[in-house]
Amino acid sequence: MSERLSVAKTYKLYIGGAFPRSESGRSYQVRDSKSAFLANAAQASRKDVREAVVAARKAFGGWARATAYNRGQVLYRVAELLEGRREQFVTEVAASEGVPLKRAQSIVDGAIDRWVWYAGWTDKIATVLGASNPVAGPYFSFSVPEPTGVVGVLAPQSSSLLGLVSVVAPVIATGNTAVVVGSQDRPLPAITLSEVLATSDVPGGVVNILTGRTAELAPWLASHADVNALDLAGAPESMTAELEKSAANTVKRVLRAKPAEPDWAAAQDISRLRAFLETKTVWHPMGV
Amino acid sequence: MWEYAPAPENRDIANLKPSYRMYLDGEFVEGGGEPLKTVNPATEEVLAEVSTAAPSDVDRAVKAARRAHERVWGRMPGAERAKYIFRIARMIAERSRELAVLESLDNGKPIKESRDVDVPTASAHFFYHAGWADKLGYAGLGPDPRPLGVAGQVIPWNFPLLMAAWKLAPALACGNTVVLKPAETTPLTALVLAEIIQQAELPPGVVNILPGAGDVGAELVNHPGVDKVAFTGSTDVGKLIQRSLAGSGKKLTLELGGKAANVVFDDAPLDQAVEGIVNGIFFNQGHVCCAGSRLLVQESVADELLDKLRTRVSTLRLGDPLDKNTDVGAINSREQLNKINELVSSGEAEGATRWTSPCPLPDKGFFFAPTVFADVSQAMRIAREEIFGPVLSVLTFRTPDEAVAKANNTPYGLSAGIWTDKGSRILWMANKLRAGVVWANTFNRFDPTAPFGGYQESGFGREGGRTGLEAYLDV
Repeated sequence: MSERLSVAKTYKLYIGGAFPRSESGRSYQVRDSKSAFLANAAQASRKDVREAVVAARKAFGGWARATAYNRGQVLYRVAELLEGRREQFVTEVAASEGVPLKRAQSIVDGAIDRWVWYAGWTDKIATVLGASNPVAGPYFSFSVPEPTGVVGVLAPQSSSLLGLVSVVAPVIATGNTAVVVGSQDRPLPAITLSEVLATSDVPGGVVNILTGRTAELAPWLASHADVNALDLAGAPESMTAELEKSAANTVKRVLRAKPAEPDWAAAQDISRLRAFLETKTVWHPMGV
Repeated sequence: MWEYAPAPENRDIANLKPSYRMYLDGEFVEGGGEPLKTVNPATEEVLAEVSTAAPSDVDRAVKAARRAHERVWGRMPGAERAKYIFRIARMIAERSRELAVLESLDNGKPIKESRDVDVPTASAHFFYHAGWADKLGYAGLGPDPRPLGVAGQVIPWNFPLLMAAWKLAPALACGNTVVLKPAETTPLTALVLAEIIQQAELPPGVVNILPGAGDVGAELVNHPGVDKVAFTGSTDVGKLIQRSLAGSGKKLTLELGGKAANVVFDDAPLDQAVEGIVNGIFFNQGHVCCAGSRLLVQESVADELLDKLRTRVSTLRLGDPLDKNTDVGAINSREQLNKINELVSSGEAEGATRWTSPCPLPDKGFFFAPTVFADVSQAMRIAREEIFGPVLSVLTFRTPDEAVAKANNTPYGLSAGIWTDKGSRILWMANKLRAGVVWANTFNRFDPTAPFGGYQESGFGREGGRTGLEAYLDV
């Protein structure tokens, strides 16, 4: 009896909780580190970026106003489902990044633990960054962090899963929604992650994941007036100045990246949480 | 209406000098730029001649600031830095009357505002931040956060001394050195502050103050020796700066324009709300980025509120900024007056109903009578663009959801006001309004402990409070 032929997966985009192909009809070949064919990925277009921004904006109100406890549970649930698909991610990371199995396992473990770490932050960040302001007058004044809005995320190019999780989790932990451009040459773990997101309790539109050419998609994100902030983690270095310039047209918050990709396995601090938070100060008089 | 006898403050208290020089590397020196003449906007008389910086002066100042940062200020123990900054706070307070009169002369704002708000709050900002200098490890930004280096700061003309304090105090407390450019039309109090800084014995180069116009500001923010840029001013110029710093790696904070909604519900104590509306838009002639320039009033009380508002606004006394009874002073410049006139004309042309206070206008100087536009729709320019003058646009709403939708219908997001007796509604509204500062049953309150700054196109970064330190630390 011949060996059974496996059923190959079609990798698509993840927009508004659904899995469409690129409206452009384009796809591109994804290869492993030894140039062997892995799969075809959808090559997203400008219109896909715009659809994703619309979905992210639509999801923002509900996600931003979900209780912090609820967001924490939802993020934790992502870790649970990721754990359940651990072997699949190990295989994909090993193929995409060309690392030995053991290393791939530790990367996937790191990614799962990172979701847990950020899940625990959702209901603590306001305590850590907020304040009761001792103003010199008969007023009660307090400051609270609030999500910035729709964040365009250019995911790291090398670290296809751990790097991706390390930039997406902090954005949504605080109530932002995201339009993510996955690693251009290593996009498969990002799409598989979107399948995890779709089957967890993350509402559709909170995270939207596009695959394709970063250099083609990034300028549309940077110039889109309904995008409030930009994470340049995976931006080609030659483009960062141009992207920052476009971002200035609507005074976007821009999180810059160091020229070399950081070690994503290292312990994180809260700077990525801080980057996409606004501070709102509220005053009320005191009196009888 | 009450008649008031004139009660002018003595202008000699300002110790006005015929000429002022820029402050560079611990000394007052002539600048290489064309000197500017600063004008009293209430009389159009020239107050003084002020030297301005040439590009070479900007370069010298940045280098002096770099030296001061590397050799002295950046490595000085925080506790020592703190004492210098405390000195500045105290010396501002000691010379508060002089500074207030000088501010009113140069800016045109009523003496009661410069005396009661600008100068004491400026002193408070130095006092507050001084205490942070040796406690930065407690700011939640890591155990030993480091300064950025040299800060280039550009400030506007609406609160000249206070904005200098907002910029300088946190920068210095965090261990940065500074080159600051005051606004072209209001350089005087910043240069007296330089004198205070000199008398407080800050090491040369720690603070440099270079007057000039926009070209000096551009030279400063684009100077490669600057690590951090802080700008307060218009959204247009803010975007220009953000664009020009793209790819430079410089840390940037922007505090830009606004078009704040001041929302009045039908259960609000209307007399109290009227006071808040007046304070919200006519404080400082409306030259306030967070001014409550869009009044959103619930339809059922709109007529009653507008009647009360017009009656109250009619009693505002407009005139000599140095008169202690003056409520509304002079528009800061002819240029700004022209801009206000232009936008007011557009309001009339687009069909809004104009009402202007019948108060008499002085026959010289730049003045604009308090004006209220009713029947304003969201599409009109006076509902969308920042007027930066004593002009209020009134819109109405029926439901809280509509109020929120209209309030948030702007690319800005600096401030907002809520007037209602219902506590749960205040908190519901405060939660939904996309603005950096929300005043409930009050307006235009400022304090160094309370972070201030905008959402969206009103800029990013905060000034004040623990949050404000982030702008000046390498974190």
